[in-house]
Amino acid sequence: MCVTLFVVSAGVTPGLMSRGNLVNVLSVAAPLLIVALGQMLVMISGGIDLSITATLAMASVCGSWLISDDGGWLAGAPWAALAACFIMPVVGACIGLGNGVCVAYLRMPPFIATLTSMMFLYGIANWATHSKNIGSLPESFIWLGTRPFAIAALALVLAAAAAFFLASTKYGRWLYALGQREQTALVSGVPVRVVQCGAYFLAGFMAGTAAIIYTAQLETGSPVLGKNLLLDVIGAVVIGGTSLFGGKGKVSWTLGGVLFIALLDNVLNLQNLSHFAVGMCKGVMILFAALLDSLRHRWSVE
Amino acid sequence: MTARTPKTGLEIRKVSKAFNRVPVLHPLDLCIEPGRILGLLGQNGAGKSTLMNILGGNLQPDTGEMRLHGAPYTPQSSREARRLGVGMVHQELNLFSNLTISENLFLINPPTKLGLIRRKQMNRAAELLLKQVGLALDPATLVSQLSAGQQQLVELARVLADDAQIVLLDEPTTSLSDGETAHFMQLIRRLAQESRAIIWISHAIDDVLNHCDRVAVLRDGALVADEPTRAITAQGLVQKMIGRPVTQLYPARNSTVKAQAKVILRVDNLSQPQIIADINLELRAGEVLGIFGLMGAGRSEFARILMGLDRHVSGTIWLNQRILRGSPRRRSQQGLGLVTENRRIDGILPESSVTENMSLVAIDRFVTAIGGWIYPQRLRLAIESMRESVQLQSRLSNSQALKTLSGGNQQKTILGKWFLNDPRVLILDEPTRGIDVAAKHEVYQLIHHFADRGNGALVISSDLDELLGICDRLLVMSLGRITGEFLRSTFDRERILTAAFAQHLRLSRGAQKQ
Repeated sequence: MCVTLFVVSAGVTPGLMSRGNLVNVLSVAAPLLIVALGQMLVMISGGIDLSITATLAMASVCGSWLISDDGGWLAGAPWAALAACFIMPVVGACIGLGNGVCVAYLRMPPFIATLTSMMFLYGIANWATHSKNIGSLPESFIWLGTRPFAIAALALVLAAAAAFFLASTKYGRWLYALGQREQTALVSGVPVRVVQCGAYFLAGFMAGTAAIIYTAQLETGSPVLGKNLLLDVIGAVVIGGTSLFGGKGKVSWTLGGVLFIALLDNVLNLQNLSHFAVGMCKGVMILFAALLDSLRHRWSVE
Repeated sequence: MTARTPKTGLEIRKVSKAFNRVPVLHPLDLCIEPGRILGLLGQNGAGKSTLMNILGGNLQPDTGEMRLHGAPYTPQSSREARRLGVGMVHQELNLFSNLTISENLFLINPPTKLGLIRRKQMNRAAELLLKQVGLALDPATLVSQLSAGQQQLVELARVLADDAQIVLLDEPTTSLSDGETAHFMQLIRRLAQESRAIIWISHAIDDVLNHCDRVAVLRDGALVADEPTRAITAQGLVQKMIGRPVTQLYPARNSTVKAQAKVILRVDNLSQPQIIADINLELRAGEVLGIFGLMGAGRSEFARILMGLDRHVSGTIWLNQRILRGSPRRRSQQGLGLVTENRRIDGILPESSVTENMSLVAIDRFVTAIGGWIYPQRLRLAIESMRESVQLQSRLSNSQALKTLSGGNQQKTILGKWFLNDPRVLILDEPTRGIDVAAKHEVYQLIHHFADRGNGALVISSDLDELLGICDRLLVMSLGRITGEFLRSTFDRERILTAAFAQHLRLSRGAQKQ
């Protein structure tokens, strides 16, 4: 599907094949892939994480606030960039852990738990920053955002790690089992709660990692970072074929979904469509993917 | 030929069906007359359900023709079949538990006025139908409040609501207790007397012999018998179903448990209000202990409590002289296992492969201590040898999704899953439900071999013959209490059944005194 889109749109879109544009697609796709991997893990477990983009914003704000030359604690410190790279994933992981505890131990429906934490997080991020972006980040940190190939490499390494995790560790087996039949997993001695909580934890960690890239690319820490990204993330995962009902999903599928979304976005932009038209087109594509998923689910049940 | 064609009833001639060019039904002739009950037997995968689905309009035959009351019958959907008077009761309960009885009965065509449902009229009509099936219930009752047996009767009432002349029953009594089954069969008999034709799929050979006028047997998609019930014996039927003579369904069991054998599972005064009360038991190494009881006796609930799936307020469980507590995971690590009664709900991972299913419990034995990396080679070898010892059908591939396996092979996979973890005590709840005769025999052997290795098996079943056939000792539960204990040498059907009713009798006597 991805290849078809690429070939067809390459014909009708001037400039798609230019080196500059392809690098552009890559720098959009790489951080998206990292976020989508986290979302995929949660969806395989049978849940959904709506707070994943709010986690991005929160991590971005926390990290940049720490290192901003406008009065950050670590302003001017030579290792400020490193500290941000450390703190953002940690913030993300903590938020993910919170979500995981709500869903796995307090038995809240994932939709509600993560919806409320999304509202809460965006609220905090905006309140703390008075809805202003945090600029004046150190050069060494911004430099990270200017290396698309390094970013792509990082995304691919994380993807490979996720693929290995799913296919070749017992945790991967447990995650699929949990998503498919929680009851069977429980009876069979799978530590269901830990695995479920862990999925959200990893999703938060991934979002925090992606926050580094987004923040560096934008050169600011933004409390509204990723507000329009949630649809792309879930869309990419679902288009990739990960089931909304849990128990199914692969890294390679998600990789395809992410490339598809990034390409679609790019092509639609190059066609000079309005922002709204782009949204419409993407909405329709994701609808079809979701439809396909529910049809497959129905067939397999029968 | 035409002279024999009945003017009424359903006639099938040279009907066949194949999926993906694999024939599941070879051309077969069958006819069923009004007022008769036809029992349809066959192993899993013999083509019974396919035949039923063709009759019920869910599938269309590849060849052949069907005639209903002498006219061609070619339903394109189950809806059309119902309109033509062919109704079907499925094996699984298909009612909406969040709706009332009458809403379920008139789901498709509720009586309306100006588009609004006329609830009073609907309830009156529902009441009449319920009376026909012998249910004295308010039609406004929610289905979720009904027992499985009552729900099955409501299903039957739904078929009557369509005024079906041909009634197809796909194992309707699987989830019913003995009493409910008897009532259900009485009802079926009466429906037949009202000149309906009834086809009844079942695994219960005795029931078929007792209640049906004719018996048809399918094997590998072909009709291998179609005879009056009086002309055939249970032994003969089993032989026809599996295609070779069987000497015995239950493997020989020479009770070898010694009195001095070590107690490996001990339960002291286990109680949970409303569920179980004061359960005490001891299971010795090498012993197969059965638990018999009626529906609602608390047997499955007891098993779930032992496994740590449900809580209990008081009492202690000892496994190997150590107290057993904590999550199901900790208990499985301590050496307990549970084969649950609802394979499809909490026994299998339907989309996952044989390998993934089998390795689910014991995966910790095949991974690195840190990081949990799976050793693929070790795992593969273990799965290979396990599938051999549980006698999984050899043409099955290890990567096949479990939902594509027959019930028997699914159950063997589940057994393999637990055996791989090397438990000391395995609880088996209805281990042979919904699996065919040949697989049953193999499951019994596996249970015996497991016990003979010095382990203990706790077998829960509603099939008394099964327990009498394979157990060394038998406990009887009634309304959450243990009301009887029988050694193999003292097995006595009548006394066991009396014990199973013990608490019911006490309660009713108590009520009379008051």
